[in-house]
Amino acid sequence: MDEIAKPDQLLEKLAADLEQLLDQRNIDDPLMVGIHTGGAWIATILHAKLGLSRPLATLDISFYRDDFSRIGMNPKVKPSSLPPQVEDKHIILVDDVLQTGRTIRAAMNEIFDYGRPASITLACLVDRSGRELPIQADVIGQHLHLQGNQHIKLNGPEPLGFIVT
Amino acid sequence: MVNKPSRQTDPLIGKDSWNIQLDSNGRLKHFLTIEGLGSEILSNILDTAESFANVNEQRVKKVPILRGKTIVNLFFEASTRTRTTFELAAKRLSADILNINISTSATSKGESLLDTLQNLQAMLCDMFIVRHSDSGAAHYIAGIVAPHISVINAGDGRHAHPTQAMLDMFTIRRKKGHDFGKLRVAIVGDILHSRVARSQIHALNILNTGQVRVIAPYTLLPTDIDDMGVTVFNDLRSGIRDVDVIIMLRLQKERMQGALLPSEHEYYSLYGLTEERLRAAKDDVIVMHPGPINRGVEIESRVADGNRSVILDQVTYGISVRMAIMSMVLGREPEQNEAEANP
Repeated sequence: MDEIAKPDQLLEKLAADLEQLLDQRNIDDPLMVGIHTGGAWIATILHAKLGLSRPLATLDISFYRDDFSRIGMNPKVKPSSLPPQVEDKHIILVDDVLQTGRTIRAAMNEIFDYGRPASITLACLVDRSGRELPIQADVIGQHLHLQGNQHIKLNGPEPLGFIVT
Repeated sequence: MVNKPSRQTDPLIGKDSWNIQLDSNGRLKHFLTIEGLGSEILSNILDTAESFANVNEQRVKKVPILRGKTIVNLFFEASTRTRTTFELAAKRLSADILNINISTSATSKGESLLDTLQNLQAMLCDMFIVRHSDSGAAHYIAGIVAPHISVINAGDGRHAHPTQAMLDMFTIRRKKGHDFGKLRVAIVGDILHSRVARSQIHALNILNTGQVRVIAPYTLLPTDIDDMGVTVFNDLRSGIRDVDVIIMLRLQKERMQGALLPSEHEYYSLYGLTEERLRAAKDDVIVMHPGPINRGVEIESRVADGNRSVILDQVTYGISVRMAIMSMVLGREPEQNEAEANP
């Protein structure tokens, strides 16, 4: 397994890369959306580092999961706090770990039920192997090659730390 | 914490009748009565409903979680609010829903209830939502359907109306906060015939409400009222003094046999909620009513339409609460025997 950097270092890199990308794309007033639970922790820090003016939004994708009929209702589902005006907004979607791509698929479906955004940029702290859908992150803290039976989990919010099992 | 009711048998349904609604993991398989449920399950329903309230504010008021599930509204008794909010809730969860109109169905041609149910099962349904004028009807149906089918009680006789009670708890929590311990709640009117009141009393006690009062003449109180964990008042004025929540009940003329009341007019003069009488309650009291309301019989129009009335909020919240209950009941990991029954 590759050596994994500390979340704080990855966040520095993520924030710098994201700022550069937003410049390139001429996006000046984005709406940042963190996916519960780990993505929301990351997004809170990124939102502060970038000094964004539009309030941070969060998303719980429990109602949009594609494995609902297999694993059932998540008893700890949290309300999403997406503002009603996602229409024509540039969205930065933030998650902690990108693996299969299914969470991002569900999150994008949910966002489109609120309106039609101008664009969605995906930022992930860790991009690990194991993709099952054609979904790529635009900004990544670290690439990580893990075996299929290995799991990585972000613990937090204070302090943030990765656990690999 | 009141997790087990003090009485071991339900006088209307029979011993341990609530047990069949939980699966071996303690999760809701059916939703038939509030009685016997723990505060954790009730809080879980309310929290989940809170999340679904957001869905109802989306531009597309729909989530895909119950796609492919088929739900049948089986109403043997008239209903507008309950049936339509169940229908809307199912549609917003992306389930398919059928409304069976019993009065024009084969039941009226002499088909037995059992045969009707077996035919609906043969159409590969996943859930029955049952309203019936007989107490225990939903329990009976839950006991005979195939193992993969869930039953939700949408009101049975004078026994229970658990989804109404949960939407009422949701309304109280939204308006008065999460701590039920500091609240005084008064339920006013025809307690005897009211399945809503029975379910509300159970729910309020399970959620540790500070004080639950019932206000009614003796003729409209059930004989077992003293075992239900409530404080009884026969006088409206003293009963609503300093309460935070007033729940008015409809006078159920269609269920009344015998001379329980001298007249509607006299009932209104003694138990009708008027602006003038409302002053005895707290300034920020909320007034609830499960509907349909009888203006001028149990409640004055000025109160029903006034700024302390949350009657229409109850209707709106009913959608989110029913979405929560349906998705929890259908969104369980199937148990072994159920999985075999429905591969």
